[in-house]
Amino acid sequence: MSSVVTAIPTKPWKASKRERAIDLSVFITALVTSYVFVGISAMKGKLAYFAIFFLAYALFTSIFKARQRGSAAAKDAFINSLVAIGAIVTVIPVFSILVTVLHKGLPGISFGLFTHDMALATPTDPLNNGGLLHAITGTLTLVCIALVLSVPIAILTALYLTEIKGRLSGPIRFLVQAMSGVPSIVAGLFILSAILYPITKAYSGLMGALALTILMIPTIARTSEEVLNLIPNELREAGTALGGTQWRTVAMIVLPAAKSGLITAIILGVARIAGETAPILLLTGGGDRVNPNAFNGPMGSLPYYIWKSFNAGSPEAITRAWAGLLVLIGLVLILFTFARLLGSRKASK
Amino acid sequence: MTTAHESETVKMQTTVKPNSLADVAQAMRAPGTRAIGTGLETRGIHAWFGKHHALSNISLDFAAGTVTALIGPSGCGKSTFIRTINRMHEFIPGAAMAGEVLLDGKDVYAPGTDVTKIRLQIGMVFQKPNPFPSMTIGENVLSGLKLAQLKVENKDELMQECLERAGLWSEVKDRLGAHGGSLSGGQQQRLCIARALAVQPQVLLMDEPCSALDPGSTLRIEDTIRHLSETMTIIIVTHNMQQAARVSDYTAFFLSEGGPGQMIEVAPTSDIFSRPQDERTENYVTGRFG
Repeated sequence: MSSVVTAIPTKPWKASKRERAIDLSVFITALVTSYVFVGISAMKGKLAYFAIFFLAYALFTSIFKARQRGSAAAKDAFINSLVAIGAIVTVIPVFSILVTVLHKGLPGISFGLFTHDMALATPTDPLNNGGLLHAITGTLTLVCIALVLSVPIAILTALYLTEIKGRLSGPIRFLVQAMSGVPSIVAGLFILSAILYPITKAYSGLMGALALTILMIPTIARTSEEVLNLIPNELREAGTALGGTQWRTVAMIVLPAAKSGLITAIILGVARIAGETAPILLLTGGGDRVNPNAFNGPMGSLPYYIWKSFNAGSPEAITRAWAGLLVLIGLVLILFTFARLLGSRKASK
Repeated sequence: MTTAHESETVKMQTTVKPNSLADVAQAMRAPGTRAIGTGLETRGIHAWFGKHHALSNISLDFAAGTVTALIGPSGCGKSTFIRTINRMHEFIPGAAMAGEVLLDGKDVYAPGTDVTKIRLQIGMVFQKPNPFPSMTIGENVLSGLKLAQLKVENKDELMQECLERAGLWSEVKDRLGAHGGSLSGGQQQRLCIARALAVQPQVLLMDEPCSALDPGSTLRIEDTIRHLSETMTIIIVTHNMQQAARVSDYTAFFLSEGGPGQMIEVAPTSDIFSRPQDERTENYVTGRFG
């Protein structure tokens, strides 16, 4: 007769209640220590609390582990807490910025903001006058033109470096790397002196977009190169062995395999330019009305709107500026989400 | 294996043999009706990687419809040799070669040869299964047609036929839309074989196709190889001597004794394993070294 084996699924690798209680008490001890220390010492302020708490926590955990499991475990615990501290310290400014922008920008957000431009209003007017429609359309136009111009150039450059590996690869890689360090004002001045003054002689969205393209190309090209280098060579060989030319193999196999990485590269490129202000100030003329024509007339943009509103200085203008910041962050977030969705849907098809 | 007289007839045939892609596509519409060619000959093949002389003076004939196994220790140039046959050797920076590879009597290295067409006639299966990650199982099978821009009318039939010949149809017929990467290693390798079959090659090169697979998948692939040899010429590189004995009609033993890799001996497989002519071959097949 076979006995029925009953087994209860357990997770022996998870921390027990006792261990979790100990972890919690170490945490609380560190917290109390930081309060006491700040109270009795000359150090003051939020930063002091943070610093002492983290140091105390790292110290207490490692002491505890050392008593429990010896010095190797103590070192492990110490490094673990340092890594955790590093991660938290990195995230704090991001959250702080988000919270600040939300806090100060939300009062300025209204429906009218998205339906009006500033053609008939000034930054110091009451908030229900005017809006930033012109800035949103302007930024979107600039980003779109810059995308259309830079993505083909950047990806073709990356393909030259990874697939063709021509004789000029070395110099081109060097130039692309050097270009990614070019300050944005230099890109703006270049377009100003090379195109705007001698040729078009007028501000326009296109001029701004050209400067943004210069800034975007190296970011996309370098990231795309990294991504394409990750595609295993066996796939290229398999494509060629099946009778594909190099171009067919790249277009049908290498690029689709690298698609999500390439989308990341493009997102990084957009992130690089979406908030770029210096070349915009020099080149677009910063219009206050919706301008659908990128080739003619001044074109507004969110960074310009923010800059102009902060300069105006009145409480209404400052609120406008924060609202503009919030909209800019939101816009970039929407673009990223959209790109991610596009990438993942195509990949999982 | 081919006399001079036969070579003459071969050349005469090839001059009238239709060669445009449209004709190839026409031939593909009627599976099984296409001649499997008159086999493959290599004449004095040498290969270099930069200054390193990797392979010396290999002359081998592969009769149509036979399976030839290439055995020998690692680094003796077996893979390099088969990569010179479908002109994949030239992708390695610094690579050089000498000699002739005659497919139906025509040198694949002759000036003006369309390399992509050569690779359509001489298919290849790699050591590591490498289905295209961005494609489904069905798309993987037909990818060669798309890569070479060949038109086929009854794609579904061709897909089914190739998967059946690769011994994979019954396992994947309900999930042709799934990703190639969702298959097991053995299934992925059979998918790669199906992919190579879709362009109807005359010759199939297999570079250690089972070295990453479990014994069950290996047996399935060996079944596939025996089945395929009815319609094509197969050259298989293997480190597994039992496999060579099981699947091949002829076996060639390669060896590098410090210098470039050389072919020590070629004979019907049973002879190589039962009465090898060269002492080095005997040492290798009996497991005394290598």
